[in-house]
Amino acid sequence: MALADVKQSATEARLAALSMPEGGCLAASRKAALSRVQTLGLPGRRDEYWKYTRPETLTAAEAPKASVFASDEAPMFNEFDRLQVVFVDGVFDADASDDLSLEGVTIDRIADICAQDIHWAKDLYGVLEARGQSPVARPLAALNTAFAQDGVAIHVTGTPRKPINLVYVHSAEISDAILHHVIRVEAGAEATILENGPAASRFNNCMEVDIADTGKLHLVRAQGRDHERRAVTHMFARLGSESVFKSFSLTVNGILTRNEAVIELLGDDAIAHVAGACVGDGEVHHDDTVFITHDAVNCESRQVFKKVLRNGATGVFQGKILVKKDAQKTDGYQISQALLLDDDSQFLAKPELEIYADDVICSHGSTTGAIDEEALFYLRSRGISTGEATDLLTLAFLAEAVDEVEDREMADAIVARLEGWLSRRR
Amino acid sequence: MLEIKNLHVKLEDEDKQILNGLDLTVEAGKVHAIMGPNGSGKSTLSYVLSGRDGYEVTEGSATLEGEDLLEMEPEERAAAGIFLAFQYPVEIPGVGNMTFLRTAMNSQRKARGEEELSAADFLKMVRAKAKDLKIDADMLKRPVNVGFSGGEKKRNEILQMAMLEPKMCILDETDSGLDVDAMKLVAEGVNALRDEGRGFLVITHYQRLLDHIKPDVVHILAGGRIVKTGGPELALEVENNGYAGILAEVS
Ligand SMILES: Nc1ncnc2c1ncn2[C@@H]1O[C@H](COP(=O)(O)OP(=O)(O)OP(=O)(O)O)[C@@H](O)[C@H]1O
Ligand SMILES: [Mg+2]
Repeated sequence: MALADVKQSATEARLAALSMPEGGCLAASRKAALSRVQTLGLPGRRDEYWKYTRPETLTAAEAPKASVFASDEAPMFNEFDRLQVVFVDGVFDADASDDLSLEGVTIDRIADICAQDIHWAKDLYGVLEARGQSPVARPLAALNTAFAQDGVAIHVTGTPRKPINLVYVHSAEISDAILHHVIRVEAGAEATILENGPAASRFNNCMEVDIADTGKLHLVRAQGRDHERRAVTHMFARLGSESVFKSFSLTVNGILTRNEAVIELLGDDAIAHVAGACVGDGEVHHDDTVFITHDAVNCESRQVFKKVLRNGATGVFQGKILVKKDAQKTDGYQISQALLLDDDSQFLAKPELEIYADDVICSHGSTTGAIDEEALFYLRSRGISTGEATDLLTLAFLAEAVDEVEDREMADAIVARLEGWLSRRR
Repeated sequence: MLEIKNLHVKLEDEDKQILNGLDLTVEAGKVHAIMGPNGSGKSTLSYVLSGRDGYEVTEGSATLEGEDLLEMEPEERAAAGIFLAFQYPVEIPGVGNMTFLRTAMNSQRKARGEEELSAADFLKMVRAKAKDLKIDADMLKRPVNVGFSGGEKKRNEILQMAMLEPKMCILDETDSGLDVDAMKLVAEGVNALRDEGRGFLVITHYQRLLDHIKPDVVHILAGGRIVKTGGPELALEVENNGYAGILAEVS
């Protein structure tokens, strides 16, 4: 079916502003992705999947301007021993990065892989993204596959002793970063990936994660405090038997952030958790869109998303659990909650369950609430100021999401960050 | 210490008068008990003194050591020395009891221009006081009042009081829901705090508690006013004959 005229011309305008990196073993994947974009067209206002989030600035030919955020804080994860891989406005920075060799893992630049004829990443690059295009189209992810400037291919074969930290740096006021990472975790291997930093004025990030039987991957991401960013991220994950994938995102502010997670549980007894804690104050739009497919027996999935919104911030949650016919003994859980600190902010949620197996436990819930006045008074009656009491209750609200971070030290560091952010805005 | 004069209070959202010209003075070093029928306004009085929203003072005053309480925010009243042991302590999921206690103590100290308590000193203090009240380590670690039994919640209130060492302690039916042994523990906790510089206002329905916490003065509150004041024998009279006689006598 031909695209509507508006969509067609918007898509063409965007594509005209991009050029596809040349050659190598990823060339075919990129070409195929481009044709997906051309067939699907970029998202527009009329698209059901973009009902709550306006895609225009993400799809425009030109990236909107964003001033470089000058942070007075130490970078996130600074206190942890980690291997840093740095991208400035979407381009790998070798000088700022650590040596990429680490036992138990090999890390290669996507830009380097493009110059090679053979590489394991060829069999993953664009593959999960292509699978993730149905039943719902994700054209911005296909665009990413086609045009990504850089990224890393991470092959986890053992248990590296420290996390791999993808660090994003924003340098030019107008910058249009497109990064694509592929991660393959082998049987019995386990790794932690960290992501943080304000990548660019506009950021399109795509991650494809393939976890073999019994492999484990932890992903902890921090977005913000760059207020003016516009970011769309996709995380595609495929899980084998008894594998584990746990992802947590901490987001603060941002004019527009859309985080999509598309997860397929394909092997029995696999576990996938996706969680997010978001604090938005002011001109903020934060969208978590999650699609989890259970296609094997006895798998567990959890979606835990919490948002604290004030001064006109908007939070969106679209979350789906699809349980296929043979995915018996599925245990699916989904909760999305917003704490609105004033009447100007809003939370739009669309939780969905689609279940074709009969022996499953699936629960979902979505709530929008304000600070509990009874609790607030109780705390104040003990001498705690309104501001500090509100912060305590806010952190308590976010706790269920932060608790999804398995590493206790990391979870504590996240709570400390949140405390700092909340208290500075009292 | 606490001086309440001609206090009139109505609900903010409704045209309902609850306190109708209440007069009460609690001197430092004294224990005053308030008894009175259900719905007579006892809890309302305690809430108005501690600064809860939803009430409107239409007339009268309440001062603590000469300072106007009614002008202060709840947290300022706490720092000034008001403490209310709630009739229904609030559960706060996600906020640890220890974090709560420590934040409260340090907030009050800060407000009074005192140094914050070190983590070690705080721990030592809370452990000792918790032990006296038979509050175990697990209860201290749990979120505030979550999953606590009725009696445990009341003991937790007294623990907070013991830690915060307020000048004016208001206890709203702290005895309800307590078994005989817990009642003794709570009474001991209160008695340990009895001091020349500290006043107590003990709201209760039963003589039992007053056997352990000997009041200096007993008031009967009915229809939003103190209708009778006497010594400990007044509590006995209520215990034996109920309120009918007293109310008939004053009207
Ligand atoms: N927020 C409120 N909304 C509606 N009515 C209220 C409110 N607060 C108090 N009241 C009413 O005011 C009156 C006094 O209530 P209060 O709780 O002070 O009584 P009490 O003396 O403490 O009673 P009890 O012995 O049962 O604890 C009651 O009739 C009660 O229903
Ligand atoms: Mg009462």
